[in-house]
Amino acid sequence: MTEGRTKTFYVLTLIFALYVLFLYGPTITILVLSFQGPSGGMTFPMNGVSLHWFHNLWNGIGVPNVVDALINSLKLGIVVTIVTVVISIMAGYAFRKRFRGSNLLFFTAIASLILPSIVVSLGIALEFQLVNQTITGWGDTLVENYVDIENPTAWTNFLGWIGTSIQDNYQTLMGLFTSGLGAHLTWTLPFGLLIMFAVFNRFNPAYEEAARDLGASPWQTFRYVVLPMILPSLVGVALFGFTLSWDEIARSSQAVGSANTLPLTLRGLTTTVTTPVIYALGTVTTAVSFAVILTAFIAVLIVQARRRRHGSDAGKGVV
Amino acid sequence: MLEAKSRWTPYWQAAPLALVFLIFFILPLLVTFIVSFWTYTGYSIAPAFVSDNYLTAFDKCFSSLPDLCTTFRTYLSTLKFCFLVWLITLVLGFTIAYYLTFEIKTPTMRIVLALLTTIPFWTSNVIRMISWIPLLGRNGLVNQALMGAGITSQPIDWLLYSSFSVTLSLVHINTVFMIVPILNSMSRIDRSLIEAAYDNGASAWQTLWNVIIPLTKTGIAIGSIFVITVVMGDFISVGLMGGQQIASAGKVIETQITALQFPIAAANAIVLLAVVLMIIWTMLRFVDIRKEL
Repeated sequence: MTEGRTKTFYVLTLIFALYVLFLYGPTITILVLSFQGPSGGMTFPMNGVSLHWFHNLWNGIGVPNVVDALINSLKLGIVVTIVTVVISIMAGYAFRKRFRGSNLLFFTAIASLILPSIVVSLGIALEFQLVNQTITGWGDTLVENYVDIENPTAWTNFLGWIGTSIQDNYQTLMGLFTSGLGAHLTWTLPFGLLIMFAVFNRFNPAYEEAARDLGASPWQTFRYVVLPMILPSLVGVALFGFTLSWDEIARSSQAVGSANTLPLTLRGLTTTVTTPVIYALGTVTTAVSFAVILTAFIAVLIVQARRRRHGSDAGKGVV
Repeated sequence: MLEAKSRWTPYWQAAPLALVFLIFFILPLLVTFIVSFWTYTGYSIAPAFVSDNYLTAFDKCFSSLPDLCTTFRTYLSTLKFCFLVWLITLVLGFTIAYYLTFEIKTPTMRIVLALLTTIPFWTSNVIRMISWIPLLGRNGLVNQALMGAGITSQPIDWLLYSSFSVTLSLVHINTVFMIVPILNSMSRIDRSLIEAAYDNGASAWQTLWNVIIPLTKTGIAIGSIFVITVVMGDFISVGLMGGQQIASAGKVIETQITALQFPIAAANAIVLLAVVLMIIWTMLRFVDIRKEL
């Protein structure tokens, strides 16, 4: 390897710079265009600079459910994040030991990551449709057999009441926090699991043994020894959990039921909305993503800074 | 007592993960397979064992050969996108991974630049697609520039809502899946191997071809599997960037779901799954991915 910069370096730097421009250029374009003046169109030139389209967006742009979709996506994203972090930690612990079926579980996770999302989404939709058909079927059978029959007893009345309740009230189990949550988890959990693998592959068990020798319970060992050490990686898992859920569209497409998420609404708007308000929505969505990414990075930096400042807390006891 | 207790620990720790995959991944795939043999009426699906759905999926496909039926044409078009996107992302991803590993000298700079390439992965794909509209549209920036420079007198139509924009958008979104695994494999290469190659008189190209590429084979395979499976099942990019005019294997399924033809959609999903699994199986014959983990 030669000293100094070679010609290859400059050529590759140019390629890299062009790639970064290709990567960020379009997003920056709509960010700029979302501040288009009230009379401006979907493309350049800018007709003045204004917050007109953001106001327009805030007032619901005449399209129903945009704000609802935003709130739906936020709520779902937060739940997905929490569930992903908890399940990933538990599974990460499990995979440190040998257990039957660990290979099968691992390959299932990988399969869940790479198999076409449309297939997964359709599968979940079909599964819930079958559940719905089954429950409705039960309701109908119960009503048929136990409502308005001769010699009713308390028991048959009760069964009949369940039947009519199902007929009157039951619509679907499908929803944001049932099928929708599940669909998102099939996408976020493989990433969480892979991160936990990377974490525990480099984790020195001597720390846990020391804690155990000093009389810590398994929970105390986790809470005061393991958790602080793996915290930055958990922030990473949370980052993946939220951003992947926030942006998820392919698996959500058939599986969220009647409630729409933001990406689904956005996709719908591309065919109906022809004003820069869609860019304003894009800017807001990207801003949320960046706020989360930035929070994650700052959180990791704070954890690392604290670690450097405190060094060791030996002799200070359990706080 | 303690022994017996700890023997079961990994099982309950893995249980939530296993349960999620069972309910939301394994069972749905099974249900899809079963329903692909069912019949349907306007609102519901009914148990049966018929091959009609598969016959519909491959309607006149074999009798009309050598002319291609709709399904074969759709798969051919999807495979074409797959190959093109795979090739571009592979070359681009490899080049960028090479640049970050071998041309950037300080670790901090390497991390910063690597993050720069991965951050868009954490933002919305739909928005990244919409972002092309003001650039590639009839009155978009590219056409304005081309006409301004006198290269064309009329705006070019095929920039947006075309195979071109679909490919562009798929490359835009998926190159990161090549960069990360290749970067991972490449950063593990022992530098002394490369120095040894140079010391023995190998040229830069020979070193690249005979040392670096073989050692990054696993990363290339992982990235390739990811890109190919994503593109094979894609219906969002093809739909949005193709102006809903271009067919793809995934889009066919979506259209049938919208038409409530669930069993036919299920049959097509099983066919797509089979094709994807065949591609993955073929690729796994070239590398042992477990070595990387």
